[in-house]
Amino acid sequence: MTTTTMELSTSAEKRKRISYGMTLLVAGLLIYLLFGLTTQAGVSTTFGLNLAGSQAIEVSDLVVPAQLTVNLMAAIAAFAGAYQLAKGIRSTGWLIGILAVTFVIAFLTWAAQDKSFNLTGMLGSSLVRATPIALAALCGVISERSAVINIGIEGIMLMSAQTAVVTATVSGNLYVGLIAAILVGALVAAFHAYLVIRFKVDQVVSGVAINIFGTGFTSFISSRFLQKATDALNNSGTFPIISIPGLSKIPILGPVLFENNIVIYLMILLVVVMHIMLFYTPWGLRTRAVGEHPKAADTLGINVYLVRYVNVILGGMIAGLGGAYFTIGSVGRFDEIMTAGKGFIGLAAMIFGKWNPIGAFTSSLIFGFADSLQVKLQILRVPIPSEFLLMAPYIVTMIILTGVVGRAIPPAADGQPYEK
Amino acid sequence: MTNVLELRGITKRFPGVIANENVDVTLREGKILALLGENGAGKTTLMNILYGLYKPDEGHIAVRGKQVEIHGPNDAIAQGIGMVHQHFMLVPVMTVTENVMLGIEPTKNGIILDKEKVAQRIREISDQYGLEVDPHAYIKDLPVGIQQRVEIIKVLYRQADILILDEPTAVLTPQEVEGLFKIIDTLIKSGKSIIFITHKLKEVLAVADDITVLRLGKVVGSIDPKEATSQKLASMMVGRDVSLVVEKGKAKPGEPVLVVDGLAVRDERQNLTVRGVSFEVRKGEVLGVAGVQGNGQTELVYALTGLLPIEGGTIRLLNEPIRHTSPREILERGVAHIPEDRQRHGLILTFPIHDNMMLCTYYKNPFARGITLQEKPIFNNAEELVKQFDVRTPNIYVNAGTLSGGNQQKVIVAREFSRPIELLIASQPTRGLDVGSIEYIHKQIIKKRDEGSGVLVVSSELDEILALSDRIAVMYKGQIMDIVDANKTSKEQLGLLMAGVHPTDAKNTK
Repeated sequence: MTTTTMELSTSAEKRKRISYGMTLLVAGLLIYLLFGLTTQAGVSTTFGLNLAGSQAIEVSDLVVPAQLTVNLMAAIAAFAGAYQLAKGIRSTGWLIGILAVTFVIAFLTWAAQDKSFNLTGMLGSSLVRATPIALAALCGVISERSAVINIGIEGIMLMSAQTAVVTATVSGNLYVGLIAAILVGALVAAFHAYLVIRFKVDQVVSGVAINIFGTGFTSFISSRFLQKATDALNNSGTFPIISIPGLSKIPILGPVLFENNIVIYLMILLVVVMHIMLFYTPWGLRTRAVGEHPKAADTLGINVYLVRYVNVILGGMIAGLGGAYFTIGSVGRFDEIMTAGKGFIGLAAMIFGKWNPIGAFTSSLIFGFADSLQVKLQILRVPIPSEFLLMAPYIVTMIILTGVVGRAIPPAADGQPYEK
Repeated sequence: MTNVLELRGITKRFPGVIANENVDVTLREGKILALLGENGAGKTTLMNILYGLYKPDEGHIAVRGKQVEIHGPNDAIAQGIGMVHQHFMLVPVMTVTENVMLGIEPTKNGIILDKEKVAQRIREISDQYGLEVDPHAYIKDLPVGIQQRVEIIKVLYRQADILILDEPTAVLTPQEVEGLFKIIDTLIKSGKSIIFITHKLKEVLAVADDITVLRLGKVVGSIDPKEATSQKLASMMVGRDVSLVVEKGKAKPGEPVLVVDGLAVRDERQNLTVRGVSFEVRKGEVLGVAGVQGNGQTELVYALTGLLPIEGGTIRLLNEPIRHTSPREILERGVAHIPEDRQRHGLILTFPIHDNMMLCTYYKNPFARGITLQEKPIFNNAEELVKQFDVRTPNIYVNAGTLSGGNQQKVIVAREFSRPIELLIASQPTRGLDVGSIEYIHKQIIKKRDEGSGVLVVSSELDEILALSDRIAVMYKGQIMDIVDANKTSKEQLGLLMAGVHPTDAKNTK
């Protein structure tokens, strides 16, 4: 009897091992066929490591032989696949990592053959483009950890973005805009919390309503007022870049991490603070308990409703900050539906990040990378239609949400109203 | 002798029902009070009032002779009242320490949780009361017996001296129950007072110093355990004399109806929960499947009834294999299924009784003709079954959800028994039912056996398994430990098997 058990429990793992191994082998082959064969022989690819106008110490650019690099990547992927088939690496994370890294390097080398591609600039813009996604994801994390789904992040960000630029322009002070955006985020989230906690309205329905309202309301204000008085209402300027002395001199990383505006610094700070809050403080312990087993928390005298109100509203403030990024943190004016689904991508990042602040941030970076990649590739005139490149971040979202990359388990009570 | 706790004249009304009516309960210091009553008698409501989860409409509570107002769990905890809930109030993905500290978290420098301090206190409590547990283990990795210890530690950590244990033995093996009784003994010796809520008569007689019996929200009476017998307590609980023994003749087993060989099943989360199970059920016999909940019984039944796919092994029903067979086809081959969760899988609560009575034959004559349902035969069928199976209902048009648990179960039994069957699969057939209904359902099951059907009863109540079965299979971690003759076994032997210990192994190692 025990032998059959052993066979059964290993058969599924075996299947998994073979399928991952085959995937990597195929990836290696694809890299070779798609990029290796189409790369010209004897041509090299230049990866720029310096950013014009930055304070970082200059380093020499990275020049690699194109065809050799691409073929090397194909070989690494194929070797990893073969090793997995023979021995089994086990760690799914490693396998996916190898797959992604070899594919991306091969692709970039192929795309930029005989040209120069600024890697540092690419990383920098990845972080910038990841910022609103990460803030949306953090809003999702804090809210869903207490079991309230907030799908209205997109709408909240739109309203905050508009509020930020208008108040900043009128008052002439960007910080006034920032605070106004955060307050609007808190207000809309409080409304959402009131509906779903007090009246137990379906959380998804309430969130969708906020999105529709946000889109409609901001578009109306924009076309009715902002477009007619752009200079008086919709021209705030943006936060200046703050270079952190010393740290910004580090080559490559310096300009990426330490030459940013205040919204980006705040985002990074929030990731760290939220991680500590959630896992090492009484507030975090209570939040997680309320998200997993509200009844248990209730029997210990914890006010389940209060915890949920606080978390949803804090989440709304973070989304408000994310909204402010779009206008006063980035372009200095409001355009209709300028969030372009970043709120939803943030929710995907939250799921992929397993409802952890640091995980959510890391996955936001992946989305940011996909987003900035498509811009760079258009500049490089890669022979792929630009429409396909524009799809990149959304395709990445869908791949991640299918759960191929490991299924994440949400808080047990996520989305359920609490009945005493 | 002082009274640590007095409940006087407690009345609690819910819309349409009086859950508690003028209830008086007294707990003496350092004693165990057993609160006995059927499901729905109002025991849990009463305790939730005491713990501040509900507000009483009338009456008052006195702790140590002083009248107190309890508005929420915090007030109860402040009065030294602690409750171990029937369904454990533990967060599975957190550690023992985190669960214990939740709600009153000590911190270092006012911000960061001081887990080590709490872990240290847990170790002290463990040593003092013999409640051994690893403070850093995750709840989800612990067996239920240990989880219950964590619940008790939680209460002791809050320095409670009045402990309410709500149906504490429901999920334990007989050996774990013994362990619990020892812990209770230690607690009493160190000066705690305990209210022990249960509907199991033997336990009451084993541990209680005082017994108070509740029926339909009212106190029926209090009785000294020395003068009480199981029979007497049962008739107090039910309000009439009941037979506690299922009368059945000797089984006359015929040829096998169901043959299962090396069956393996994965649950919905893809865990392999049934790992190579083999047994057979013959015509005219009851095979009982015993085991602590969550050892693969649910998935076994799901596989037999076509609700989960088979991962490995074979199932043969009347010599025909079952594999990728739809639940409907399995039912049509003569299987009746009384599901474990009657409200989710047995009935559609928002459908009237008459529709529930024909859920597995609705597409057939006489209920359907062409594309329409035929009202008259449907109503007649329901009227007849309600009469035959003694379903207590105002009429057949009310929704199934309005019936009591016992009557809901009777509707399912009526439906499943109203067609010709070869095999009856009954999963937890009397869970949550009152003594009267249990008696009735048991009789019906034995009647089916005597008519020549094969019967498979899955239950986590050992008494039920012993009362019904001719042979008993014990499941542990997805495998069958052993199949024993019901007449030649004992509770102790079954208990060991349920805990994964083979009695012969145990002897050999000694």
